[in-house]
Amino acid sequence: MTAQTCPRQHRDNTMDSLALELSLYTVKAVFILDNDGNRLLSKYYDPELYPSMKEQRSFEKNVFNKTHKADNEIAFLEGMTIVYKSSIDLFFYVVGSAQENELMLMAVLNCLFESLSQILRKNVERRCLLDNMDGVFLVVDEIIDGGVILESDPQQVLEKVNYRADDNPLTEQSVAQVLQSAKEQIKWSILK
Amino acid sequence: MIKKFDKKDEESGSGSNPFQHLEKSAVLQEARIFNETPINPRRCLHILTKIIYLLNQGEHFGTTEATEAFFAMTRLFQSNDQTLRRMCYLTIKEMANISEDVIIVTSSLTKDMTGKEDVYRGPAIRALCRITDTTMLQGIERYMKQAIVDKVSSVSSSALVSSLHMVKQSYDVVKRWVNEAQEAASSDNIMVQYHALGLLYHLRKNDRLAVSKMLNKFTKSGLKSPFAYCMLIRIASKLLEESEGGHDSPLFDFIESCLRNKHEMVVYEAASAIVHMPNCTARELAPAVSVLQLFCSSPKAALRYAAVRTLNKVAMKHPSAVTACNLDLENLITDSNRSIATLAITTLLKTGSESSVDRLMKQISSFVSEISDEFKVVVVQAISALCQKYPRKHSVMMNFLSNMLRDDGGFEYKRAIVDCIISIIEENPESKETGLAHLCEFIEDCEHTVLATKILHLLGKEGPRTPTPSKYIRFIFNRVVLESEAVRAAAVSALAKFGAQNDDLLPSVLVLMQRCMMDSDDEVRDRATFYMNVLQQKQKALNAAYIFNGLSVSVPGLEKSLHQYTLEPSEKPFDMKTVPLATQPITEQKTEIAPVATSKLPEKLAPSRQDIYQEQLSAIPEFQGLGPLFKSSEPVQLTEAETEYVVRCIKHTFAGHMVFQFDCTNTLNDQLLQRVLVQMEPSEAYEVLHYVPAANLPYSQPGSCYTLVRLPEDDPTSVSCTYSCTMKYLVRDCDPNTGEPDDDGYDDEYVLEDLEVTVADHIQKVLKPNFGAAWEEVGDDFEKEETFALASVRTLEEAVGNIISFLGMQPCERSDKVPENKNSHVLFLAGVFRGGHDVLVRARLALADGVTMQVTVRSGDENAVDVILASVG
Repeated sequence: MTAQTCPRQHRDNTMDSLALELSLYTVKAVFILDNDGNRLLSKYYDPELYPSMKEQRSFEKNVFNKTHKADNEIAFLEGMTIVYKSSIDLFFYVVGSAQENELMLMAVLNCLFESLSQILRKNVERRCLLDNMDGVFLVVDEIIDGGVILESDPQQVLEKVNYRADDNPLTEQSVAQVLQSAKEQIKWSILK
Repeated sequence: MIKKFDKKDEESGSGSNPFQHLEKSAVLQEARIFNETPINPRRCLHILTKIIYLLNQGEHFGTTEATEAFFAMTRLFQSNDQTLRRMCYLTIKEMANISEDVIIVTSSLTKDMTGKEDVYRGPAIRALCRITDTTMLQGIERYMKQAIVDKVSSVSSSALVSSLHMVKQSYDVVKRWVNEAQEAASSDNIMVQYHALGLLYHLRKNDRLAVSKMLNKFTKSGLKSPFAYCMLIRIASKLLEESEGGHDSPLFDFIESCLRNKHEMVVYEAASAIVHMPNCTARELAPAVSVLQLFCSSPKAALRYAAVRTLNKVAMKHPSAVTACNLDLENLITDSNRSIATLAITTLLKTGSESSVDRLMKQISSFVSEISDEFKVVVVQAISALCQKYPRKHSVMMNFLSNMLRDDGGFEYKRAIVDCIISIIEENPESKETGLAHLCEFIEDCEHTVLATKILHLLGKEGPRTPTPSKYIRFIFNRVVLESEAVRAAAVSALAKFGAQNDDLLPSVLVLMQRCMMDSDDEVRDRATFYMNVLQQKQKALNAAYIFNGLSVSVPGLEKSLHQYTLEPSEKPFDMKTVPLATQPITEQKTEIAPVATSKLPEKLAPSRQDIYQEQLSAIPEFQGLGPLFKSSEPVQLTEAETEYVVRCIKHTFAGHMVFQFDCTNTLNDQLLQRVLVQMEPSEAYEVLHYVPAANLPYSQPGSCYTLVRLPEDDPTSVSCTYSCTMKYLVRDCDPNTGEPDDDGYDDEYVLEDLEVTVADHIQKVLKPNFGAAWEEVGDDFEKEETFALASVRTLEEAVGNIISFLGMQPCERSDKVPENKNSHVLFLAGVFRGGHDVLVRARLALADGVTMQVTVRSGDENAVDVILASVG
């Protein structure tokens, strides 16, 4: 609750507003939707923007309806600048205020997409994303912290997250896996 | 089994979301394995992922269950699986608000943030700061300071960003880290630079000098981060704006130099900053416009969008500066991103010539249905501006607007169109009939009650005065048959206006009214019955008072007066004249152009300023029995700004008295003022009855004292008076720090500026929507006429402005606007004189050498007429 209360001196929805937000709180929200507009992940960083789940869902629905047909990269809806990108059956959105530098938002979107593309081994599609949801959460966490851009270089993000996608998921908790975890435990205890 | 546990589901074709059928209770049940030994990182990881996923989907976790899961999760810190640990941090952040006692993990996190494992340190800091409050922050202050200057960039960045989040609640602690932040700002890592700059600015933003120094230092040293550059540009333009200095300062040079930065982001930020600067000259704009012009042909949609949006803004103030880009903008009008195309066209509409309007309008109508409402409103605004610029184009515009009106769209969009049509009708009398016809068609199928009633009101006002009023009757009566109660009631009112204005329509209107009297809704029936009876009298005065020009009283005031009347039953009938008037007459000015996206705040019906004063004054025993408050003036400053004491006065006018309210502020922190009052010496035969002093006036806390004056009854025409004012008080010196006053004080006084009471203080503005009818209603019983020569006035506009501000009356029928190139004009003013009598003024102005003015005044009270003529002369 504490870290997310970001100042919002210029809550102004008009496109013509002169006030630029003089803070690092650039990103208002990030979300990933599937091709039916269902939320797979969303983070809202401004507690005053769509505080309730209902408002968030209806905003996401509105954004999805207006953007999923044409891959236009940028839109202006409900007083917010939204940059977006799609891949197979996924839609990635980064939301900023009307006054925000659109290119900063693009930098965030590109970093998010590149990083995910790397950890998903270029399979940027719904099933693969859901199978690696933990990695996705960690990537978003490394790129934006409470609305502040924490990192914009995908390579750096990957290094920090240090996440490996599963290739051969085990179907059963096998002996091999128990051994594996035991091995890891030993390894760590040695490293200590 | 772990990750793809519902593979079967997928095969059976019920979707492929492994999280789809998650049950919160089942997941929490699973979370019990956190307690098993040895820890199975993979399974635990998957369960944590499920918990975070559920939280992200908005699943509600009760405090008990969340706390239970949280505590189980803390055991996972024993595992050294990297991803698992990272997911623990995320869980901590997600649950910080819903679980109790989250601070239990403080020591684990502190250990991680200071440990050897660099991968853990940054995220651990961020998680820790999320659960830390001001008191605990001091406990980790030492670690935070070290972390800020850590050589590992992720640690430093995390510490800086977390500090930034903490500034709001723990400013005093965080500001001690300014030196560390300063050191971090010279880091090689671009993100660390950016975060350090952001934190430094937040810590220093209230100290202009420090900000300016910091800016100076960084602009010289040259940062590597484009984000930091953008921040610097924003800070620089804020400083420029505040200093209101010329644009020849080094700050402007810095911003301009950023136009040549190698990052597009920085270039755009700089161009946008220059464009947004108030009073920028064309020469200063030129370099910014030319980089934006280059961006117009970028392959990146976001960049094109940013460029054209900014150019659109330039075009509002400096259309000529953008003409150079017309060719590039032309290329964008077929852009596949319709937002870009719309912005390009609306920009061209502002910069292009009259001849290109038709072509552009045609282009935009080809895709207007594809764009979002926000941009449709932009289009409507552009049209609205265009109509003012090229009035001759109104028929093209009207056509276009009527087509837009037929399309689907939300309320804001429709409202913008209706407002635009109404403003065209008002600006161009010749477009009135077509405009009204389009609006009639619109209300045939309009789902927005507000718009339907607004249009019906307009039809009632304008329709009867058109050459063929009968054709509107059908549209209006259709509403009575088909719509909701509110619309039906508005339609009845509109019908009545036709009946009152047009004698030949009266019989038919009466027949229709008869039908409305059988409506199922009370309000509709009541209105119909009322209008029926008024119309049957066939008296012009009644029509004017009850049909054309409605009540002008304040609604809360009326409610209060009626309530009061029912509490004290008396033989006397209720007197409408005792009800305070509405302070803000329903304005006839055209509506403000709605912002692109409207604010989500609902408009609240706040009590008016005067209702608040009425309340405050009636609470003071000395002012009981003065009757209702008639008018409260705007505050008048009686001291210069930045003097020891700041005093302003609000003049409250009652039927036979005036109350002067002095709002005083003591700006000396070593003084306490007591028994403060303002002594007034009137220049005329006014009698000061009472002083109500302010008991205490401590440093910087405003207080009010009052003076009550009786207006002379024997000479009712004397309305203006000058008072010399002196503030008298008892001074008690006090300790500036504690505010503790000395025991004894001494009397002192302070001379204020003179206070003027003028005729405007005795007249309240009232809007008469139909001035002609009101003029007939008042009649010529007390009509007086006089001619004046205004030698010192050079133009009709100036004369009109002077008369309005001098008399403080409401201009009617848009007569405050003087048409261009005319040398005569008629001004209609309406108001209510103290005591409740309507006063109407008709001023015929003719421009010769000076301005000659023939003033005709009508009122129900001879006195009021005399007062006005006397004060004009």
